[in-house]
Amino acid sequence: MKYLTLAAGLMGATAALAETPELTVYTYDSFVTEWGPGPAIEKGFEAECGCDLNFVGMGDGAALLARLKLEGARSDADIVLGLDTSLVAAAKETDLFAPSDLDADYDLPITWEDDVFVPYDWGYFAFVHGTDLTAPTDFKALAASDLKIVIQDPRSSTPGLGLLMWVKAAYGDDAPEIWADLADNIVTVTKGWSEAYGLFLEGEADMVLSYTTSPAYHLIAEEDDSKTAAVFDEGHYMQIEVAGKLAGSDQPELADQFLQYLVSDAAQSVLPTTNWMYPAVTPKAGLPEGFDGMIQPGKALLVPNDEVPALREEALDEWLNALSR
Amino acid sequence: MAERAVALSDRTGLIAAALVAALILAALVAVFAAADVGGGLGAADWAAVRFTAMQAVLSALISVLLAVPVARALARRRFAGRGALITLLGAPFILPVIVAVLGLLTVFGRSGMLNQIGGQLGLPPVSIYGLHGVVLAHVFFNLPLATRLLLQGWQSIPSERFRLAGQLKMTPRALFLALEWPMLRQVLPGVGALIFVICLTSFAVALTLGGGPRATTIELAIYQAFRFDFDLGRAALLSVVQLVLAGGAAVAALWLIPAIGLGGGLDRPLRRWDARGGVQRGIDVTAIVLAALFLLLPLGAVVLRGLRGVFHLPLTVWQAAMNSILVAGLSVLVLAVLALPLAGWIATRRRGGAEAIGLMGLAASPLMIGTGWFILINPVLDPARLSLPVTSLVNALMALPFVLRILVPRLRETLQDYGPLTQTLGMRGWALWRLLVLPRLRPQLGFAAGLTGALSVGDLGVIALFADQERATLPLQMYRLMGAYRMEAAAGAALLLLVLALAVFFICDKWGRWHADA
Repeated sequence: MKYLTLAAGLMGATAALAETPELTVYTYDSFVTEWGPGPAIEKGFEAECGCDLNFVGMGDGAALLARLKLEGARSDADIVLGLDTSLVAAAKETDLFAPSDLDADYDLPITWEDDVFVPYDWGYFAFVHGTDLTAPTDFKALAASDLKIVIQDPRSSTPGLGLLMWVKAAYGDDAPEIWADLADNIVTVTKGWSEAYGLFLEGEADMVLSYTTSPAYHLIAEEDDSKTAAVFDEGHYMQIEVAGKLAGSDQPELADQFLQYLVSDAAQSVLPTTNWMYPAVTPKAGLPEGFDGMIQPGKALLVPNDEVPALREEALDEWLNALSR
Repeated sequence: MAERAVALSDRTGLIAAALVAALILAALVAVFAAADVGGGLGAADWAAVRFTAMQAVLSALISVLLAVPVARALARRRFAGRGALITLLGAPFILPVIVAVLGLLTVFGRSGMLNQIGGQLGLPPVSIYGLHGVVLAHVFFNLPLATRLLLQGWQSIPSERFRLAGQLKMTPRALFLALEWPMLRQVLPGVGALIFVICLTSFAVALTLGGGPRATTIELAIYQAFRFDFDLGRAALLSVVQLVLAGGAAVAALWLIPAIGLGGGLDRPLRRWDARGGVQRGIDVTAIVLAALFLLLPLGAVVLRGLRGVFHLPLTVWQAAMNSILVAGLSVLVLAVLALPLAGWIATRRRGGAEAIGLMGLAASPLMIGTGWFILINPVLDPARLSLPVTSLVNALMALPFVLRILVPRLRETLQDYGPLTQTLGMRGWALWRLLVLPRLRPQLGFAAGLTGALSVGDLGVIALFADQERATLPLQMYRLMGAYRMEAAAGAALLLLVLALAVFFICDKWGRWHADA
């Protein structure tokens, strides 16, 4: 009998909770940490929606998509936040996402035309180095120099994949030669961004593949102006981070409301100094101080989302061939 | 010698073995079942298999060969700080990979100590990146472990034998052949197989220090298949290759172990009459000093780097530390339930091939086990709720082979020496465990519990797949700090991790060595 009462009590409690609608957002780890954008966005959105916003953090963008595929249509998630442009095509192929309904005036270097995914921040990949270094101005100069670089593996990390696409977008069929020439500059290839950046800070390499906005972290959070990024004449490859609404969501209106909030001034002004990326819609107050000192690439490179999977495969083979020799 | 000399029940051991096998196979089957029918393995996959096997063989051989003089020296000498050094031997093993790699780089890296000294002498810089770097790091991780396990072997030689050797004025060489070599023949194959399997599943070490995609291991290919290609079939196939390689090595090595006993003793404190000469002393001092430097310099770097960050750790890191301690405790409990009956079962068998089952847990890719169980649990329950129990279970599985390696030799010896007596007395079942086995195995139990606990504290393993914010463990939180540019705080968290893991290890090990001279 005791158990029955207990069960009834538990069910009652769940029912009481269910009166406040709950929105579940799957995102990557660093978004929800106390130093990430998660806490501020949760507070801001809950204040206006009268709902319970529940962030679930897991790994990185690729892990998010793998998790979603594992869960399939049964997923509890209403929103997935943190995929990037290289994953968009694969994500759409799952048929798990629904078109979003919102209007926003994006400040992206390219025009955004996808009706499913909503961009919320973006950045340029770049090689970060110490200010005492005279940096090369393109990949060819880098390959000809004896500078040492650390990069990430395109098979396990999104920046690694970004670099692969960068070289491919800039050099097309000549990409294999660029990689062959770069081979003696590459100290090593790491599993993820953290390892590579850690090795660079330890002095294992002169430059590391990261973002043009990385020096902003050192400048703003550490008051350290000894890091900068190299401008490459070929242009810089972009990473745009996006969020999407799941077709199986039981809170579709709330999900739309959240996506709209994500591109609002309140959420966008949180992103630069928590995610260390450029906001997709520049806040009215402008970018925080420190961001204006970041390098400005002359040209933005981006492979159209639907061409990424095929190109990725080709570029990965070329990369493996050039570096396995 | 087909008849059994002791009444130790087979049944619980068999159940434990079946449970271990089922936990791993269920995950494998779940992944296969969820996979679309796909192609086989490509040329790149086989290249990864070859590289993986080669680096694992080299790492295992070098670790074991170098461990022999170090363990011998530690067994022969008594000096101030010996106990501390032996405890620290557990440290490299439990460090998260990236922490240990950064520690190694302060010594061997481009701007590390060696290259700075070399630069002063006008030598060209030496690069650590390549196969040699991978092997170096694996030796750093495993040499201390091998040393500890071999040291146990030395301690299993009854002190009366050394007394006799002293009376006979045996030369160090003669003593080595008569006493130490037979012991080594029993211990070395198992230790070698264990290290081979550890290195088999290496991923981040091999990639980071391997210098590029030449150093692709099977585990990286599995990771890629799961995460980027979402090709479950290929991931499962690769996991099978990994299991077969590990299983083959384990069975072969364990089969090599001769079934001979060293005989019993009266557990008198050890005194050595051999090895008093200057040459012997010189050899031992060199071995200990070199090993200590190799071990302590990178560890010292980890500590120094962490000191700045450790006082400014965010609150979540402390919560994560509590989670890690909880996981460690649970892992030790799970392991005790699994390992003791299993060790009992293996020890009563003439050949040790059955121990290969224990190695499965280590050889199976944690990503595969995690994904498999995720697929199984997800339809029924929210996997995040089970993250800590599942992590404890997987950690226990991974620690199982180490623990068997620690327990089985001593248990086998105990049963050989006391088997006839227990039979005469009609001792069986729980009484046998309580009165004979557990007391005689106490040092090994302490060491095993300490190692399991410490490993659990430091393991990243499957938690990353299951955990949400509240249930993160310390290594996961450390990686999150690194991912957010907070290298200083991450270094602090790494130091906390090192201290915690060593404390767990020290407490358990100390309990085991209570009242013991060794």
